[in-house]
Amino acid sequence: MTDSKYFTTTKKGEIFELKAELNSDKKEKKKEAVKKVIASMTVGKDVSALFPDVVNCMQTDNLELKKLVYLYLMNYAKSQPDMAIMAVNTFVKDCEDPNPLIRALAVRTMGCIRVDKITEYLCEPLRKCLKDEDPYVRKTAAVCVAKLHDINAQLVEDQGFLDTLKDLISDSNPMVVANAVAALSEIAESHPNSNLLDLNPQTINKLLTALNECTEWGQIFILDCLANYTPRDDRESQSICERVTPRLSHANSAVVLSAVKVLMKFMEMLPKDLDYYGTLLKKLAPPLVTLLSAEPELQYVALRNINLIVQRRPEILKHEMKVFFVKYNDPIYVKLEKLDIMIRLASQANIAQVLAELKEYATEVDVDFVRKAVRAIGRCAIKVEQSAERCVSTLLDLIQTKVNYVVQEAIVVIKDIFRKYPNKYESVIATLCENLDSLDEPEARAAMIWIVGEYAERIDNADELLESFLEGFHDESTQVQLQLLTAIVKLFLKKPTETQELVQQVLSLATQDSDNPDLRDRGYIYWRLLSTDPVAAKEVVLAEKPLISEETDLIEPTLLEELICHIGTLASVYHKPPSAFVEGSRGVQHKRLPGSAGSGESVESPDAGSAAGVSDAPPAVIPSQGDLLGDLLNLDLTPPSATGPPPAATSGMQMGAMDLLGGGLDSLMGDESEPLGGDLGGSPAMGAGFGAPPAAMPASFNAPVSSGGLDDLFDLGGGVGMPMGAYSPPKAIWLPAMKAKGLEILGTFARRAGVIQMEMTLTNKAMSVMTDFAIQFNKNSFGLTPAGPLQVLTPLSPNQSIEVALPLNTVGPVMKMDPLNNLQVAVKNNIDVFYFSCQYPISMLFVEDGKMERQVFLATWKDIPNDNETQFQIKDCHLSSDAASNKLQGSSIFTIAKRTVDGQDMLYQSIKLTNGIWVLAELRVQAGNPNYTVSLKCRAPEVSQCVFQSYEAVLKN
Amino acid sequence: MIHSLFLVNASGDIFLEKHWKSVVSRSVCDYFFEALERATEPENVPPVIPTPHHYLISVLRHRIYFVAVIQSEVPPLFVIEFLHRVVDTFQDYFGVCTEAAIKDNVVVVYELLEEMLDNGFPLATESNILKELIKPPTILRTMVNTITGSTNVGEQLPTGQLSVVPWRRTGVKYTNNEAYFDVVEEIDAIIDKSGSTITAEIQGVIDACVKLTGMPDLTLSFMNPRLLDDVSFHPCVRFKRWEAERILSFIPPDGNFRLLSYHVSSQNLVAIPVYVKHNITFREGSSQGRFDLTLGPKQTMGKAVESVLVSSQLPRGVLNANLNPSQGTYTFDPVTKLLSWDVGKINPQKLPSLKGTMSLQAGASKPDENPTINIQFKIQQMAISGLKVNRLDMYGEKYKPFKGIKYMTKAGKFQVRT
Repeated sequence: MTDSKYFTTTKKGEIFELKAELNSDKKEKKKEAVKKVIASMTVGKDVSALFPDVVNCMQTDNLELKKLVYLYLMNYAKSQPDMAIMAVNTFVKDCEDPNPLIRALAVRTMGCIRVDKITEYLCEPLRKCLKDEDPYVRKTAAVCVAKLHDINAQLVEDQGFLDTLKDLISDSNPMVVANAVAALSEIAESHPNSNLLDLNPQTINKLLTALNECTEWGQIFILDCLANYTPRDDRESQSICERVTPRLSHANSAVVLSAVKVLMKFMEMLPKDLDYYGTLLKKLAPPLVTLLSAEPELQYVALRNINLIVQRRPEILKHEMKVFFVKYNDPIYVKLEKLDIMIRLASQANIAQVLAELKEYATEVDVDFVRKAVRAIGRCAIKVEQSAERCVSTLLDLIQTKVNYVVQEAIVVIKDIFRKYPNKYESVIATLCENLDSLDEPEARAAMIWIVGEYAERIDNADELLESFLEGFHDESTQVQLQLLTAIVKLFLKKPTETQELVQQVLSLATQDSDNPDLRDRGYIYWRLLSTDPVAAKEVVLAEKPLISEETDLIEPTLLEELICHIGTLASVYHKPPSAFVEGSRGVQHKRLPGSAGSGESVESPDAGSAAGVSDAPPAVIPSQGDLLGDLLNLDLTPPSATGPPPAATSGMQMGAMDLLGGGLDSLMGDESEPLGGDLGGSPAMGAGFGAPPAAMPASFNAPVSSGGLDDLFDLGGGVGMPMGAYSPPKAIWLPAMKAKGLEILGTFARRAGVIQMEMTLTNKAMSVMTDFAIQFNKNSFGLTPAGPLQVLTPLSPNQSIEVALPLNTVGPVMKMDPLNNLQVAVKNNIDVFYFSCQYPISMLFVEDGKMERQVFLATWKDIPNDNETQFQIKDCHLSSDAASNKLQGSSIFTIAKRTVDGQDMLYQSIKLTNGIWVLAELRVQAGNPNYTVSLKCRAPEVSQCVFQSYEAVLKN
Repeated sequence: MIHSLFLVNASGDIFLEKHWKSVVSRSVCDYFFEALERATEPENVPPVIPTPHHYLISVLRHRIYFVAVIQSEVPPLFVIEFLHRVVDTFQDYFGVCTEAAIKDNVVVVYELLEEMLDNGFPLATESNILKELIKPPTILRTMVNTITGSTNVGEQLPTGQLSVVPWRRTGVKYTNNEAYFDVVEEIDAIIDKSGSTITAEIQGVIDACVKLTGMPDLTLSFMNPRLLDDVSFHPCVRFKRWEAERILSFIPPDGNFRLLSYHVSSQNLVAIPVYVKHNITFREGSSQGRFDLTLGPKQTMGKAVESVLVSSQLPRGVLNANLNPSQGTYTFDPVTKLLSWDVGKINPQKLPSLKGTMSLQAGASKPDENPTINIQFKIQQMAISGLKVNRLDMYGEKYKPFKGIKYMTKAGKFQVRT
């Protein structure tokens, strides 16, 4: 007897029959009936009409029957919410059952019923279950929080379940920890900015402990969570790596890949000369190779990830080329991936082997694969210069096979080889020309035409060949038409005497008989060039072309870095950042690899790719009068300029010119800046480049714009960090030795990578050794307080100095000081306690995300009463407005908009303090006038004076 | 996490669906069917398919597609591994994993899926625990249940689920205590035209069948553990001990399980147990081709090569083959062009051969592609890597178990190019 019997009663009246059976007194009959109902449900039949009857069976001691009813409930409660309420009592009762299995089952099922009315009743039982004595119940309840969050996020937050869930990370049972992590990760996905998984060394340690003991699935969750952590230093990084490495031997491939992700990421922080670094590299290869012996689906995902790994760290798999050799019965998706990786690993050492393989593949049956193999041979030639000759001869062999698609593909790649090694392999052209007739694909035809045009002087019958293509000009695809046009013009420039007619013909075909605007435009340009200045035409058309390189098919480095942080995920399969495709992940934070040890402070560089970086930068030029800020200006600040705002392009030009000036000035003034901008500044493109500095740029511009917009764009693209340039005053004596029994303290404040630091030089001018340093602050206006103890580890011997950087945070007690930025400090050592006070520049408190939306700025400016506005004069400042803007931005004073009226530049700027106070500013700069005017508006006008001092300090340093 | 699961049979019908969160309409599978239609072979369907709102991750096992639907960023390997676990569980419960078996046991299947995943998070995937929760159907139990009215769902909290050894239940009792280990190695190789090895590697596993009373603690040591530098363990193996002493120390799960799998890479010297002499030629302008194949043993340490099966996908232009095997039988399917030759055992004195002609379409040109020959074989009592178990000891229990170790070598993807 099997379950298929449940499917047999498909006659009319089936529902009626089932109803009767469900209400039967006999337990056995009831159960059979419920089974029939479930069976119908699984195949998609609608049995919702039986809802009340099935729910009636729920109150039973029979566990199987109970489970079956639960299954039914989960499926239909949504469509019958009123009925589902009937079940609530039983659930609540079951949550108190002495058997933990029943308690867990009840809370689990309740979470699956996606009906608001029911979820309200779920809160109390869930709260109890989260604190249940039995870990099985706790771990089930942890998942239930995630379910509830999916249904009603607000409820979960209001009820404080998130905190309870966070507490479970410290649970004694590893499975509970793993499930809590999994639930939190899922919830965090819909709250990208919440700090749900607050990772610190303590929690990391707990996770690592749980990692050893929990199930394989739990290990995946924990490893993925670990990957989000950024270790403090290379030692912590190494110790985590050591504890994660055993996971590489796990039988579950997902665990292995997640472990690989953690190691790949944390490895970045290890110094390359460390022995352990080499050991780790060696340990990574075997598990990756093993993944390739698994089922094809696993192989596919593994290969996509290996593709990333070999781009980032080719040394890991450089000796493993052979495992990527294709087996003829691999599924096509595996074959294509293997091929790709083979090329990436190809080097002078193994190229012979690779080529032999590729040649073998080129005779296989599958057309897609064969094509890709032929292309791969071309890529090898471009990548490994020494092999180019051999590749070309392999391609020629393949052309001899006369297999149509092989020939076409070979011609396309030979064109690329010509682009890489010009004037080297032209001897093969004759062979190529023999196959002219068999080419029927546009790409191959275009490639062939390009070759003929490029080497027209060496092909005797080039004109005939091209003429033969011209006959069917209008039937060709655009690609071929454009190529043909160019090729004939090239031919004409090389052999003008005999081809005049041909060029006339193609020009008239392109310009008069074609509807394609691209073709027409190109035709006209050639025509005019040829008719006005043939020498110029030659220079344009026959210009030397840049060589191509293999870089073209590498993943762009910033994207690669991000993808390495996403190893094992869908992003790694698609080779796209998650933000590009995962639904509901708006605002997903871009992940970056941590910087390696010794490379200075970690640098906040723009996380998007270069293209995104460029497009992200909003133009700072006010483009039209309709603009909101324009309105603001018209409203209450300045009269609208009579002529109206200049068109955007012109203003770009003006700015370029101005930067030219500013740049020159700055370099005269001895700022460390490159004069590049000065050379290029006049061009409109540059102007546009300048017009778009603030948003995506690192908040660090010490050197003013003069280094040039283009340069900046490069930096954006490369993701190369720049030194943090927030203004920091020079060190001053805070505590003279006389007053402190021989201890002298020089100090200053700095903000580096978003961290406020108190940087001090302690000098021992006494005769005895000083030890046991400690530091404390008095309450102050912004709650500044040391984030850690004062790190003076070694005793300070007489006449010795030590540099200390004390990170600060702003969570301490607050008391208004006078002046506002006054800080009273107590320093203790083994001799005594000393007191001093110092003043910090308020710019230390300007946070990096203090760039206000333009609309918000407008509203806020209007909203703050005019009484709160204060005006200051900054004298003797010789910066251009853009240079000033950039300099200010280095200290997190953000220019939101700029407007030029009557030769006066007005910069609108915003600042946000660590305690959330916003300061809005208007900076007026008149060309030629060294005195700036700054107007500050703030809801707390007390800070204005300090902010002004910062303006002055930043601009003048 | 995993949202839903659809099972699709070879003819492209959904015959089971299961949702762990809200219900996803089965129309989402249309994207899968599109991919299925595009694929030339059933196994060529890409494992990850994006749709506007979901992602479909599928595996093909036993001619059934297991299609998982996910909505957020989930590690695809996690999904694939889980699907494999589902397949293994079905096979474990029903003996086979076929559409018929699943339909016959649809309620158990549902109960299992419900127990394996909660809200998309894996809950209980260990076969030991599942079997305590949901008893596998047997004819006897069905009858007993019908008579006594008892159920096949466990009443007790599965003990293993909470202990420190979640893979083993407590209170195991056997009258005959036995532990068997099978060392099975598969050799994957590509041999080129001239007979030299392009790449060869070994995938090895040690499968165990342990039926021991109580909580036995086993150690297994090898004569040459150095071979095992790339290994994946069952969670029961104590990794530290292995790192330090190269000894496998573990409390085994009850019943069948895979203790360890290992990989001997192409960088080591891998012995190739058979060789093939072949001559498959077509002449330009002739409608006949010659086929000549001889097999012979090589590096087998004197062990017999058995269950040899040769198959090859002949070029599309081949109409028919007229061949003469010296032993065994051969078939040629003129539709799929698949030639397969069941050789049996290789006798080193009289090497098996298959000779004859192939007929081509009249007037057709010489085929471009060279057929690849695929060989399957088995060698008993030998692990081709040379791996040997030294001894097996048991601690923690008093009785003397019966111990056995078996070796076997098989061909994995063993391909000879012509």
